[in-house]
Amino acid sequence: MTSVFEYAPAPESRSIVDIAPSYGLFVDGEFVDGSGEPMTTVNPATEEVLTEVATGTTADVDRAVRAARKAFEKTWGPMRPADRGKYLFRIARLLQERAREFAVLESLDNGKPIRESRDVDVPLAAAHFFYHAGWADKLDWAGLGPGPKPLGVAGQVIPWNFPLLMLAWKVAPALATGNTVVLKPAETTPLTALLFAEVCRQADLPPGVVNIVTGAGDTGRAVVEHDDVDKVAFTGSTDVGRQIARTVAGTRKKLTLELGGKAANIVFDDAPIDQAVEGIVQGIFFNQGHVCCAGSRLLVQESIHDEVIASLQRRIGTLRVGDPLDKNTDIGAINSAEQLARIRELSDIGEAEGAQRWQPACELPDRGYWFPPTVFTDVSPAHRIARDEVFGPVLSVLTFRTPDEAVAKANNTTYGLSAGIWSEKGSRILKIANQLRAGVVWANTFNKFDPTSPFGGYKQSGYGREGGRHGLAAYLEGADQ
Amino acid sequence: MIGNDRLAVRKTCKLYVNGAFPRSESGRTYEVTDAKGHFLANASWASRKDARDAVVAARAAFPKWSGVTAYNRGQVLYRVAEVMEGRHVQFCEEVATAEGLSASKARAAVDAAVDRWVWYAGWTDKLAAVLGGANPVAGPYFDFSMPEPTGVVAVLAPQQSSLLGLVSVLAPVLATGCTAVVVTSRERPIPAVTLGEVLATSDVPGGVVNLLTGDAEELGPWLAEHADVDAIDLTGAPASRAMEFEREAAGTVKRVVRPPVTEPDWTADPGLSRMTPFLETKTVWHPIGV
Repeated sequence: MTSVFEYAPAPESRSIVDIAPSYGLFVDGEFVDGSGEPMTTVNPATEEVLTEVATGTTADVDRAVRAARKAFEKTWGPMRPADRGKYLFRIARLLQERAREFAVLESLDNGKPIRESRDVDVPLAAAHFFYHAGWADKLDWAGLGPGPKPLGVAGQVIPWNFPLLMLAWKVAPALATGNTVVLKPAETTPLTALLFAEVCRQADLPPGVVNIVTGAGDTGRAVVEHDDVDKVAFTGSTDVGRQIARTVAGTRKKLTLELGGKAANIVFDDAPIDQAVEGIVQGIFFNQGHVCCAGSRLLVQESIHDEVIASLQRRIGTLRVGDPLDKNTDIGAINSAEQLARIRELSDIGEAEGAQRWQPACELPDRGYWFPPTVFTDVSPAHRIARDEVFGPVLSVLTFRTPDEAVAKANNTTYGLSAGIWSEKGSRILKIANQLRAGVVWANTFNKFDPTSPFGGYKQSGYGREGGRHGLAAYLEGADQ
Repeated sequence: MIGNDRLAVRKTCKLYVNGAFPRSESGRTYEVTDAKGHFLANASWASRKDARDAVVAARAAFPKWSGVTAYNRGQVLYRVAEVMEGRHVQFCEEVATAEGLSASKARAAVDAAVDRWVWYAGWTDKLAAVLGGANPVAGPYFDFSMPEPTGVVAVLAPQQSSLLGLVSVLAPVLATGCTAVVVTSRERPIPAVTLGEVLATSDVPGGVVNLLTGDAEELGPWLAEHADVDAIDLTGAPASRAMEFEREAAGTVKRVVRPPVTEPDWTADPGLSRMTPFLETKTVWHPIGV
């Protein structure tokens, strides 16, 4: 769409980031070689190889777990809780000081717009360390039972959609509660985790408290299966979550899972349409739709369907898709060729099943992995694009007539992570929020996160909560909430 | 019988499903004996189909039970304790017989079971205050979290403690607003059968509690893999099969309470640990503005 006011390119400089030609694993406070075949990580916006990263084998994971165990027993466990808190405060400050570096590196490795990595991912990651730093010496007041004790070594496996933020969600509560960690970042986005290792060194964090083992699925499996891991925390797909739950069955390991979602974003006829449209856009196109709690099913009241869709299409026409480092960019690159293929496949199935595909006129770069913002109308609840998690910028639109029908359709999924409600009527919002089987309900807003605010799913979206007082329970002995 | 000894009227032990007392659809029963091996009764031997019927009933009862006010739920649960108290003598005799306890020890167990029920009855309208709250997010939002029931919970009840153990695993499930499908102690089912009669006459809506006398080893796999069961408590699972049940439960991302190594001391303070596994936390955000 041409506009009266064209934007001039406003690229963020990448000069602040030094990417080494290769990276090792971070074990016991040192960067060490991995025994596996090294892998490369690419910039999904250009397909340029950024660097080579080590692959951790079972032996490497074992080394990392032993380092974590030793640190748990010798340094981190016995340490005064107030001092543990101080280390976390240090880390939070270092993340703020190096915020721009983290944001640029995150956008390079992940493909997300700099606007989001700069304004959302990095500040929130720092906020998670600040929040949890304060808990370290206040756990007796957390209401999780008397004298809460850490579990020991936490094995953590995180996804590629929010590489640094998911690290912060996992590492900050684990350390605040006195555990040590072995973290496996996603294979396509390891770089900010490795930069975080640098931050741990700058903070003089004792060796072994945080260990980062890069690699793919096999490395993650080795972390989950290791006998000396006391706690497994996973964020990722429901399929992998099921496998992990199976693996952990019968062991002493505590498990929390943050899995997929297929959130309903419900727009009632009294909603402020312009605000709702902004919320719909934020709900599904934030982070290219690579969000487990994305508002991927729009449930719009039938009487305002045409008006909402027309307004939505007009708004989507103004979204700028392209260079993630450009400060004007709204939608960046799809994270990997594999994910792009999945989005294409599910979209093609959507069309084949009879839904109507709409995409704005939108030029995509020649190289890199791109998918334009997409809206499917005439979607039925049985269509796969209304049931399967696409994990991309693809919105499915369904309609409803009554509040009961909206609730029934919203709950008609095996997932239960999040939902949205748009209405001017407070009593209606509260009633519908009560009836939705989802862990997070955003009313007249969407995709908001905060370390003080518990996040997590119902049903097959997983169990356990991250953030808030509830998130601490996952890392403490005998605390079950 | 001679003299003035009266010939006893024996009771047929049945299941408690959807507010009614059916026999097992399978037509099976099994022999229940007292601690010394003397015949007591033929208990209904619940089948896979009975378990599935019970899940259907528990699912149907869930919207109503989870939807009533916490105050009302507490009232109903307290009423259960009242009716239990009225059956105190019967429970004492049955627990003594089932577990081979002295009269005084059986009485202590029944006292504790009734008191435990009262304790949980008082929790219904306090869980939200203790486990929920407002979240001070860094932005212009009103943001609060509240506990909500997970849904249908399958409970493999303790094998040793026939009433106190059963109450200790069942009452917390109900206090949270979940509905239950319970497989009772295989060897000691009679107090559970009586508890079913108590529940049926205590304003607990039909289907909220379903009691299956039978074998946890046989019914466990079906409940663990059932797609309409949201959580499973493996406390009474046989040690040799518990891992397998937990694995089955992974297929539907069920919430799992793992079995203890040995059956715990049920007189100990339970804390919140038997309610929190069956609660979800829902967080609601709304912008603040004028």
